[in-house]
Amino acid sequence: MEQPQLKAGPITFSKPSKKVVSRRSSKILKHKLALMGGIFVAVLILLAVFAPLIAPYSPIRQSYAEALKPPSSAHWFGTDTLGRDLFSRIIFGAQVSLKAGLISVGLALLIGVPLGMISGYFRGLWDDLIIMRVTDAMLAFPSLILALTLAAVLGPSLNHAMIAIGLVFTPNFIRLVRGEVLAQREREYVTAAKASGLKNVHIMIRHIFPNILGPIIVQATLNVAAAIIAEASLSYLGLGTQLPTPSWGAMLAEGQGYLQQAPWISIFPGLFIFVAVISINVFGDGIRDWLDPKIK
Amino acid sequence: MLYYIARRLVLMIGILFLVSVLVFVLINVIPGDPATLMLGQEATAGARAALRQSLGLNDPLYIQYLHWVGGVLHGNLGYSLADHTPVMSILLNKIPVTLELTILSFLIAVAIAIPVGIISAIRKGTAWDYVTTVFALSGVSIPAFWLGILLIYLFSVTLGWLPPSGYVSLTDNPVKSIVLMIMPSISLGIRLSAQLTRMLRSSLLEVMEADYIRTGYAKGLMEKAVVFKHALRNAMLPVLTVSGLELSAFLGGAVITETIFAVPGLGQLIVNAILTRDFPIVQGAILFIAFAVVFVNFLVDIAYSLLDPRISLGGASK
Repeated sequence: MEQPQLKAGPITFSKPSKKVVSRRSSKILKHKLALMGGIFVAVLILLAVFAPLIAPYSPIRQSYAEALKPPSSAHWFGTDTLGRDLFSRIIFGAQVSLKAGLISVGLALLIGVPLGMISGYFRGLWDDLIIMRVTDAMLAFPSLILALTLAAVLGPSLNHAMIAIGLVFTPNFIRLVRGEVLAQREREYVTAAKASGLKNVHIMIRHIFPNILGPIIVQATLNVAAAIIAEASLSYLGLGTQLPTPSWGAMLAEGQGYLQQAPWISIFPGLFIFVAVISINVFGDGIRDWLDPKIK
Repeated sequence: MLYYIARRLVLMIGILFLVSVLVFVLINVIPGDPATLMLGQEATAGARAALRQSLGLNDPLYIQYLHWVGGVLHGNLGYSLADHTPVMSILLNKIPVTLELTILSFLIAVAIAIPVGIISAIRKGTAWDYVTTVFALSGVSIPAFWLGILLIYLFSVTLGWLPPSGYVSLTDNPVKSIVLMIMPSISLGIRLSAQLTRMLRSSLLEVMEADYIRTGYAKGLMEKAVVFKHALRNAMLPVLTVSGLELSAFLGGAVITETIFAVPGLGQLIVNAILTRDFPIVQGAILFIAFAVVFVNFLVDIAYSLLDPRISLGGASK
């Protein structure tokens, strides 16, 4: 029988197709954006943590002689109607925004994850049907309007705004976790754990939870960005952080009446909200891609 | 099909019932006495007690709920605490304003998203695609109130092209009405346009990989014909769903947009009612909005199943 002859020769690599190049370049772009997002988030956290050391002035120090001053070397972002240094207020405002984002999402996680797990794992009439129908009903309300109403019911303050935003975001986590648990409960490792006599609570916490942590982290990251916008919106409408505590949303609202004389009062806080939110969104997208085996 | 619609209808009624319970509970846990709110602090205890009795506030909560729901089913949403105007008539005045803003914003969102999404998908990996990605990312991250303020600063304060705020009814002066609505509609529509762009891009990219598209190219069709006549129709399905789901966020965004641009619609009504603690108005308005969201999602579900024959119509096929 004749054997195929192998010919020696230089090894050549074919040029990657246009499609592969475009896929690679869009992946690189995404990674770069995610990295930039992560860096911005880190900078923002550092600004918030070290605000008292970084801010050149006290955020509540008033100086009527310096009211409505444009950006200068003394006041990088200018001053507001009461002569307060905007840069300092924005730096301290980062504390408020990050606190609002983290605490409200933390609250949503605290309520939403257990409810979603119970609903998905037991799938009984009370736990699944009732929890999910109430979740559906809550999702019928525009989140901002629900948060506004809750904040009004509780009374205007940062703490109440955080509670309102946390409650409004809870259905997102219930839905997500329920869906993930529904998929996991059919897997062999859960059947094996049940067969070995482990208690349901143990299976849920020690076995299922670690396997659904990825999507929860992604959703939580993206919701932090949404919570920052929600807090700024509530403060803009006067139902969030109260004066004199610096809040980006309230600063923006204050500046709206002075757009002609002092546009910087609105522009800089808005820019920080935008940069914070886009950075967290991009970072969240990056984490999603990183955790998704199909994209790797 | 009829079975599917009937099943969705029953589900929708269940959700509407829960929505009404939520709205009622939400407003009735508010600390403070509505009778005092209506009559003021100076009213005598007797007058307050009489009003409480006449409003049925001494009844158990479930009886109050049944009274309220009975009224809602008869079109009676209660009366404003400020001037005793029926909430329903206030809402009927405000709904057309928000509807105009919502429709214009939606049109702007679609007018941006469709061409941008198509270009981004068919020119994947090019500079166009990167610009689109940045636009979509910025669009979903930009706070509506900041965008609104930037638009006012640019087009009203700096260039003087557009009035900064105000509202004229479409029936009174259509041209002025549209001009006044340009900035609010852009401010509200840009987020949806970014989301639709993202959705259309990924959906179109998926469709373009399908065999029938390859067949289209193989038989010599022009790219324009393949994209517009074959790919776009299927790629639009997820876009339709997102549009329906986004209505809720859209109406939430209207609250802020209407406040910035002094548009006297439902959003501004809710904010003012919350700030003045006129809770019958808040209750009526959020109930209406939640009903609208549930109803539109029901319609989207039906439309989706009509447009995509692959979708199984519920239990019938099981």
